[in-house]
Amino acid sequence: MKILVCTSQVPDTTSKVAFSDNNTKFNTAGVTMIINPYDEWYALVRALELKESGIATAVHLITVGKADNEPVIRKALALGGDEAIRIDTDSNDPYVVAAEIANYAKNEGYGLVLCGKESIDYNNGIVGGMLAELLDMDYVGFAATLNVNGNIATIAREIEGGEEVVNVNIPLVVSCQKGMAEARIPNMRGIMAARTKPLKVVAASGVAALTTIEFYDMPPAKTGVKLFTADQLDELVSALHNEAKVI
Amino acid sequence: MSVLVFTEHTQGVFKKKCFEEVQYAAALAKQMNTTVTAVVLGNANADAMSQLGAYGAQKVLHVADARLDNLNSRAYTKAITAAAEKDSASVIILSHDVTGKAVGPRIAARMKAGMAAGAIALPDLSKGFVVKKAVFAGKAYAFVNITSEQKIVLLMQNSSPVIKGEGTAVVETFSVAFDDKDFGVQVKEVNKVTGVVPLGEAELVVSGGRGMKGPENWHILEDLANTMGAALACSRPVADSHWRPHHEHVGQTGGTIRPNLYVAVGISGAIQHLAGVNSSKTIVVINKDNEAPFFKAADYGVVGDALEIVPQLTAAMKKFKEAHH
Ligand SMILES: Cc1cc2nc3c(=O)[nH]c(=O)nc-3n(C[C@H](O)[C@H](O)[C@H](O)COP(=O)(O)OP(=O)(O)OC[C@H]3O[C@@H](n4cnc5c(N)ncnc54)[C@H](O)[C@@H]3O)c2cc1C
Ligand SMILES: Nc1ncnc2c1ncn2[C@@H]1O[C@H](COP(=O)(O)O)[C@@H](O)[C@H]1O
Repeated sequence: MKILVCTSQVPDTTSKVAFSDNNTKFNTAGVTMIINPYDEWYALVRALELKESGIATAVHLITVGKADNEPVIRKALALGGDEAIRIDTDSNDPYVVAAEIANYAKNEGYGLVLCGKESIDYNNGIVGGMLAELLDMDYVGFAATLNVNGNIATIAREIEGGEEVVNVNIPLVVSCQKGMAEARIPNMRGIMAARTKPLKVVAASGVAALTTIEFYDMPPAKTGVKLFTADQLDELVSALHNEAKVI
Repeated sequence: MSVLVFTEHTQGVFKKKCFEEVQYAAALAKQMNTTVTAVVLGNANADAMSQLGAYGAQKVLHVADARLDNLNSRAYTKAITAAAEKDSASVIILSHDVTGKAVGPRIAARMKAGMAAGAIALPDLSKGFVVKKAVFAGKAYAFVNITSEQKIVLLMQNSSPVIKGEGTAVVETFSVAFDDKDFGVQVKEVNKVTGVVPLGEAELVVSGGRGMKGPENWHILEDLANTMGAALACSRPVADSHWRPHHEHVGQTGGTIRPNLYVAVGISGAIQHLAGVNSSKTIVVINKDNEAPFFKAADYGVVGDALEIVPQLTAAMKKFKEAHH
């Protein structure tokens, strides 16, 4: 069974968020890009574990993005994986991302397509579901464990108000979250090996976007904290009632 | 031309977020001069369904197939898409939750409808169909214009107060021809957290960090939460040390919540923690270190020892509750 892991690059969580061009573009100046944590810690590491235990035969990584994604793709390859595919286009429309991945993956015979539960920049959590539809596969989102036995995947997933364990036939698309695996740190051997692993660049099929981001805005700055002492807790409670109107 | 809204229920009961979705759909429908149809799947209660009218639904399409009691994204997609066709829906609203994110994207891909996830305000129709959403873990907002003919919106809960109105919806049963393949996900085991307000839905949340010192002290947070009617949450190290169950962990790697009130006790306010909570409307921080970073993100704060402050705050809350009974 071959596994495809969808990885995207995102600004490091600690980055300062700023916009340029009249608030229409995210300003990447001075921002460190990382592999989306859910893709790296959970989807990719679990895929590697499945390969190490002999269940998967190959792990491929796929990113929809321009050449500036390559350093991050190499970092992902340093953790493991046999090859990476980069689809050479840039879009923040989730449909474009999903359709480009689907167009590449549909004839490649992947048994599992893994993605993260959401990308930490746009916080959508929707590429995986779109991909499942476009590949005509089942979809299990918010998975916390994933095991494969023959043709059947057994997954613990989050549902409304709890968790459940499900069985699904492969092929399928799974979005991964905490519980799935323990984060790994690439070692020297991995880093060296990543330099020569294949990184295929594929031309985009030119799917048209269905959404555009018109502009960005910042939330109003907090006006500053109002402090209360231990003997003013009644005042705190009445501020929550009268001023904040939350109780 | 209607606005279709998917309202998920738990054993026949609709949660507040469904009412919020219906109300959102109704406000949108009003701007678009059209009506609201809710879609309900699986075994549901007729009375509860017609009650959706009190929040603005004119009609409910009910697909009463018992196999829909479990989440199968293919089956749900088929049912909701069929309802959308029957009703010539131009907009479909779902909740920005586990189910909405499993089903909405499938519907979007099937209909080639553009999608905005995590909407926190009504679309601005004067500029197209522009939806406001939080991005970069609440550090900014993006305004997403859906340019396709049909549109899908996943609504973030707690975006606007829910107000019950008058009226009942007409419930119509609606049948959909499913294939075996639509039920490919076989449920083996279910563990529902019962008896407590689910964290994602709670309007009030009390959360503890490492400053609580150990699980033996959590009863004071439980008392506070019970008094307020709040749900409990915690920081990641607290869940990692098994002081609290993992589903209570919020932050970048845990849940993202946006309650009306988040009370953070003994939590330093690391950026990864803030990522999960900084869209809360009001934040109260209790920390013994007046330089804890969380105070910068807070509206109200108390500097002091949590073990002393929390029981006193509980007492103050009790007093307030009794006075405002
Ligand atoms: C990639 C990554 C992802 C992460 N994801 C998450 C996440 O999802 N969620 C998360 O929470 N963290 C996450 N973290 C960890 C995060 O960086 C912090 O380490 C963590 O949030 C700290 O938890 P804490 O505030 O409970 O503990 P500490 O940082 O130890 O803070 C304890 C606080 O309690 C105060 N205190 C101590 N004693 C008392 C007392 N008696 N009374 C009152 N106050 C007291 C202290 O002043 C201090 O501010 C992540 C980290 C990384 C690197
Ligand atoms: N540009 C991209 N290239 C490859 N995979 C992506 C891309 N964007 C998102 N994904 C995958 O889809 C998941 C959900 O992303 P999103 O719907 O953007 O929150 C991510 O965790 C990735 O696994």
